[in-house]
Amino acid sequence: MSLSSSLNILKQGLWTNNQALVALLGLCPLLAVSSTAINGLGLGVATMLTLMLTNLIISAIRRWIRTEIRIPMFVIIIACVVTAIELLMSAHFHELYLILGIFVPLIVTNCAIIGRAEAYASKNSVIHSTLDGLFMGLGFTLVLVILGIIRELVGYGSIFRGADLMLGEWAGRLTITVFPHYDGLLFAILPPGAFMGLAVLIALKNKIDRVKAARTQEINSVQVGLEARS
Amino acid sequence: MEKAESKNQVFISGWVLALTALVGTGLMAGVNWHSQPYIAENERQMLIRSLNTVIPPQSYDNDILHDTTTVNDPGLLGSKQASLVYRARKGSEPIAAALTVIAPNGYSGPITLLVGIDYNGEITGVRVVNHHETPGLGDGIEKRRSNWIDAFTGKSASNPGEAGWKVKRDGGNFDQFTGATITPRAVVGAVHKALIFFSQNRAALFGDDQPGAVVEKSMSVN
Repeated sequence: MSLSSSLNILKQGLWTNNQALVALLGLCPLLAVSSTAINGLGLGVATMLTLMLTNLIISAIRRWIRTEIRIPMFVIIIACVVTAIELLMSAHFHELYLILGIFVPLIVTNCAIIGRAEAYASKNSVIHSTLDGLFMGLGFTLVLVILGIIRELVGYGSIFRGADLMLGEWAGRLTITVFPHYDGLLFAILPPGAFMGLAVLIALKNKIDRVKAARTQEINSVQVGLEARS
Repeated sequence: MEKAESKNQVFISGWVLALTALVGTGLMAGVNWHSQPYIAENERQMLIRSLNTVIPPQSYDNDILHDTTTVNDPGLLGSKQASLVYRARKGSEPIAAALTVIAPNGYSGPITLLVGIDYNGEITGVRVVNHHETPGLGDGIEKRRSNWIDAFTGKSASNPGEAGWKVKRDGGNFDQFTGATITPRAVVGAVHKALIFFSQNRAALFGDDQPGAVVEKSMSVN
């Protein structure tokens, strides 16, 4: 596999085809769990692992998946993977399960997973598909964490609160109180805050893309002008 | 001929799908069979740990998980379903009981509490097991958010007495939160009712000499 093709998958996952900002898939868990940065990180990591695993399995058996029954087969495979993750986590990583456990069933409601199965994993090699799962998951995680940071900052005036619950005692020191004696803005923590935050992020991404496009167009037209003159 | 061919295709698809479902179900059964004992053990540990937060572990020496009785009092315990009471004893002396109590009048639905009460009717500890209160306002009832819940420890039905078992805004002894009165009011009311229930039923709670009867029954069902 060439470096440029994996770089392309990386770019697709993080920016061009970001599942949360461009495809607008997986909004249900995204909006429900992004009230703090740490919650966002938890759901993001759980989603990323699931996406890698389902992409890998679906890509591996893609030759036996018949077109007319592919959707029910994706559903069965994704449901099995999520159930297995939940059971095994509860059995062997119970502490982690108590924190991430509520996120795992939420992953089933994430359309991004069946979306990637349909759009990518069922047509590409195992390595490419796993990589696609990794980067698509990473892009989703990044949006979750950024949205979490924004909502937490506005809502509580801090960043990374509750880090010790997920990462262990030492992480308690990670919590940064940005605005001391801040009363908090409940709006940001409740669901409407999630919609507003996501809208701001999407607008920001579109703005960056537009500025970039305008700049390349400008360079192109200058080049054309120079060529015409010479 | 063509018709037979397409019919054949449908059957193949059907069988592939059935096989996938079968393999998936089989795998899940296997994973479940492997995980179940670990999960049961983990949950037992968690239960002991949460019981020990409301009843000090050094105060009793019995197998508290198997010394249970069921109670059902929708008026005082807030739940229409029967709930388990865990009983702590030292030797044959009754020490304390842990009751599951539901405050039905939380701001966003019921709040489930675990209340530890010693044999003299004094509270040994209260913890919130489950709630849906507003984050940042009502969730101060959680131990990991604030120490508010510790205010109950050492209190009893006569201390502070009927009039004192309210939040301060209602003229009682317990703090409310800034911007959230309904949640603490619900919790204070539920704990008070648990104390009343305990004083009315103390003899029956500790008298039932069939330790583990209920738990054994539910285990044989599994």
